[in-house]
Amino acid sequence: MRSADTIFALSSGAPPAGVGVIRVSGPAAREALLALAGRVPEPRRASLTRLRDAEGALLDEALVLWFPGPNTATGEDLAEFHCHGGRAVIAAVEGALAALRGVRRAEPGEFTRRAFANGRIDLAEAEGLADLLSAETELQRAAALANAGGALSRQVELWRERVLVLSAEVEGVLDFSDEEDSADLPECFTWNIGALAGELSEWLARPRSERLGEGFRVVLAGPPNAGKSTLFNALVESEAAITSPIAGTTRDVIERSVAIEGVPFTFVDTAGLRDGTEADAIEVIGIARAEAELARADLVLWLGAEGEGPQGAWEIAAQADREGFATKAGARFTLSAVTGEGVAALKTALVETARAALPKPGEAALNARQHARLAEAEEALRDAKGTSDPLLVAEELRRARLAFDRLIGRATTEDMLDTLFGRFCIGK
Amino acid sequence: MHSFDVLVIGGGHAGVEAACAAARMGARTALVSFDLSAIGAMSCNPAIGGLGKGHLVREVDALDGVLGRAADAGAIHYRMLNRSKGSAVWGPRVQADRVRFKAAVQAMVRAQANLTLVQGEAAALVLEGGRVAGLELADGTMFHVKHLVLCTGTFLGGILFRGEERFEGGRIGENAAHRLALQLRGADLPMARLKTGTPPRLDGRTIDWAVLEEQPSDGEAWTMSPLTKRRINPRVFCAITRTTQAGHDAIRANLHRSPLFSGAIAAAGPRYCPSIEDKIHRFGDREGHQVFLEPEGLDTHMVYPNGISTSLPVDVQEEVVRTMPGCGRAEIVQPGYAVEYDHIDPRALTPDLQVRAIPGLYCAGQINGTTGYEEAAAQGLVAGLEAAAAALGKAAPKLDRANSYIAVMVDDLTLQGVSEPYRMLTARAEYRLRLRANNAATRLTGLGIAAGCIGAERRMWWERREDARKMFHVKHSQKVHARELADLGLPVRRDHGEKPLAEWLRYDGVTPEALAPWLGEITALDPLLAEEMAEDAAYAPYLARQDSELRDLRASEALPLPADFPYAEVPGLSNEMVERLTKAAPGTLAAAGRVPGVTPAALSALLVHARRKAAA
Repeated sequence: MRSADTIFALSSGAPPAGVGVIRVSGPAAREALLALAGRVPEPRRASLTRLRDAEGALLDEALVLWFPGPNTATGEDLAEFHCHGGRAVIAAVEGALAALRGVRRAEPGEFTRRAFANGRIDLAEAEGLADLLSAETELQRAAALANAGGALSRQVELWRERVLVLSAEVEGVLDFSDEEDSADLPECFTWNIGALAGELSEWLARPRSERLGEGFRVVLAGPPNAGKSTLFNALVESEAAITSPIAGTTRDVIERSVAIEGVPFTFVDTAGLRDGTEADAIEVIGIARAEAELARADLVLWLGAEGEGPQGAWEIAAQADREGFATKAGARFTLSAVTGEGVAALKTALVETARAALPKPGEAALNARQHARLAEAEEALRDAKGTSDPLLVAEELRRARLAFDRLIGRATTEDMLDTLFGRFCIGK
Repeated sequence: MHSFDVLVIGGGHAGVEAACAAARMGARTALVSFDLSAIGAMSCNPAIGGLGKGHLVREVDALDGVLGRAADAGAIHYRMLNRSKGSAVWGPRVQADRVRFKAAVQAMVRAQANLTLVQGEAAALVLEGGRVAGLELADGTMFHVKHLVLCTGTFLGGILFRGEERFEGGRIGENAAHRLALQLRGADLPMARLKTGTPPRLDGRTIDWAVLEEQPSDGEAWTMSPLTKRRINPRVFCAITRTTQAGHDAIRANLHRSPLFSGAIAAAGPRYCPSIEDKIHRFGDREGHQVFLEPEGLDTHMVYPNGISTSLPVDVQEEVVRTMPGCGRAEIVQPGYAVEYDHIDPRALTPDLQVRAIPGLYCAGQINGTTGYEEAAAQGLVAGLEAAAAALGKAAPKLDRANSYIAVMVDDLTLQGVSEPYRMLTARAEYRLRLRANNAATRLTGLGIAAGCIGAERRMWWERREDARKMFHVKHSQKVHARELADLGLPVRRDHGEKPLAEWLRYDGVTPEALAPWLGEITALDPLLAEEMAEDAAYAPYLARQDSELRDLRASEALPLPADFPYAEVPGLSNEMVERLTKAAPGTLAAAGRVPGVTPAALSALLVHARRKAAA
């Protein structure tokens, strides 16, 4: 069943820009071309055409392309108008499209949804695209792009093939043992399983893609009046605010998510915890929360007395502008949030540290679902390696294959249904 | 005009099981064959069972079929293949005396209530409104029947090849059902050709057995059917010889005379059971190929040289045989030959083996592109049960990939089709750990009883066994401390606490015999059941892990795809995928996932479109 509606959207960046690409997908894409360009060009060939609205008024001179379905990005008939990128031009072309029968502006993610529903992309690629749509920072975008481009799917295919080869060797031993050809398993067999399991372990040890959404978590800690809030403000001010999907569980801490040089951070000021709390009971709760925050942190900036902070915390000597300021002997940074002295150096170091801890740009990162599947495959391979009965080795290898199948959606399982009908709202 | 509920054409392994199964279900059944005296003939090797195939024999037997008991009646050599591996891949195999096997089949067929045997040549199907209404014999006899099972093996358009010679017919000395073949061709069913072959038969008196390595029957007590109480025939031994370089040279020099290489036979043969000329051609570097010399019976000198199936001219066959150790003076009694025959693309069948385009017509056996007695028998059983169930308004036992190899085969055939003769392998069954040859009765006999296809003798046997199973369960749930096991010298660490006996059975070195102090008399009561239950306990963690997988499978099986699902309308499916899906017409989304070449992305697209269709 094809979607009844034809949708369009500006698929290049926000105007003004050099070029504005407007994509039209759906059964009326051809009519849209005819209406605006007056003709349908040869498939997959760019051709220069004058675009006119229904009254015949010239809208723009543009390159138009025609991709007849189903072998298109969305699996439907697809048209592209590469217009001049001015605001007025884009608005005029979009207006002319919207005026056509059965054509409407696309909702966010709708092109992706159609590509998925029409079998153009698999589950992992679709998840990548969904992440891409919600990406707010450069790092998030790069990682999502890698998944959307099929990097993970391709990798899983490769692993799956290697497991298939291993399976074939075991099955040969099991099913043809009455024939002379069937030797025992080759000596390198167990080693090969181990090598593959090791590769999966490396992937599993990589930072997860959710980390990109949550951001690198930096907690500012120290006794009251150590300068935490001032530093907090200096760190988050003038940086682009982003929305962290993880809502703060406590209202007593102030947290803010920002992107610094494209790297997502969540800064947490524990100031609210102890400042102004007098009653003992509340104090206790406050301390417990502070400790929980410290445990969740990727990094703690310690503004208190030297050596009293949690292990691994960076010793910060703040308030360098104050009279009678005494720096710490082992201070990593000496700074003043008021004058700005040393803050830039701290930011640079934070970005550097966070980059190392977050998924690398362009490297496919696993989300929680993918991580669970891959972990299952890895466990199956480790079990296969530790088993001598070829029958059980074969079963473990089958389990690994099944995990890979689920990862990319080959097995039509419940988690796939959930993804499909939950995240993508298909079926409406 | 005679009237029946179910009519079966063909008296081979498929036809016999189909006819008997339908009759057991209570359908008035007829079996039509060219030659009633040929019913139960083994046309190729005199062996029943093997890897994967042994599972099929036990499953057919568990549903009260003929094959297992007939194999026991003829058995003169027993081997449990894969004995050194896990029990789920053990393959019981017997060599059967042809005469005794056939006599047993015929006795069972003749004793079967509700079954009429008719000698004659099936000439034409009578169709009314596109569905089966009857059958016409060559002599003009008409049968009124709405459920007809075609088990015509290689008889359909069969041509025999031996060197430059050509004969018509499925088996040496018999006619081919050409009129029927023409009619089926005319019905526009998707048909294709396959080939199979058989080796020359040797005179055992001319073989020098003394110089050859013996392969004796195993010394155990198992039988193919639990209803066979003990092994009855004397056992013979087989011998092992090999082909030699001189023989290979003779084959190479005459390859152009083999119809396989001269281009006369274009059809694909079985990869798993290639002709000797194929082996030489494909594995040219091998110095020799193993050949098993298998006696064909107690009262015959015929020997079946397993491993040199061939269609070379007779003079070359003789030359090749005589280069094998121990066979220098061996005489060929009947030369080997190849058969090329028509088969129906099994994707044209629904999971009950009914032709989608001709309601009422069922197909089973080699006609569906399979090879092997066991594969044929298992399909015959399914087609017979289903045809009878349809005729009587009953339900056949519900077989699926998680409960039987039979269903694995039927599912593979109807979804994937065949590109070479289909042979059962344990690797085809993804739930292999639960589908053991030795638990077939546990898996299937209960279903058979519910469906009404199990005779009184087996039903009583099974009920007694179920009672014993309950006792085993009670014993197995008994908790015992590690110290007690260790005190008996079992390899268990003393600090492993208290566990039920079932869990202790998972430990290496803890056998049912070792647990005798707790299990008591019960093991001796039914040693086979004791072994089965111990294996269940050992595999339990693996089976538990498969449970979630099976739940998911059942979920996607709950999403139906109608036979006329418009695959071409689903964007994103390649032309090849559309073609394959249309041909196979999978009944559910789960089945669609098993159609070869269907990608994950395509499956998501199908899912979405099927859901929308279902909601609309």
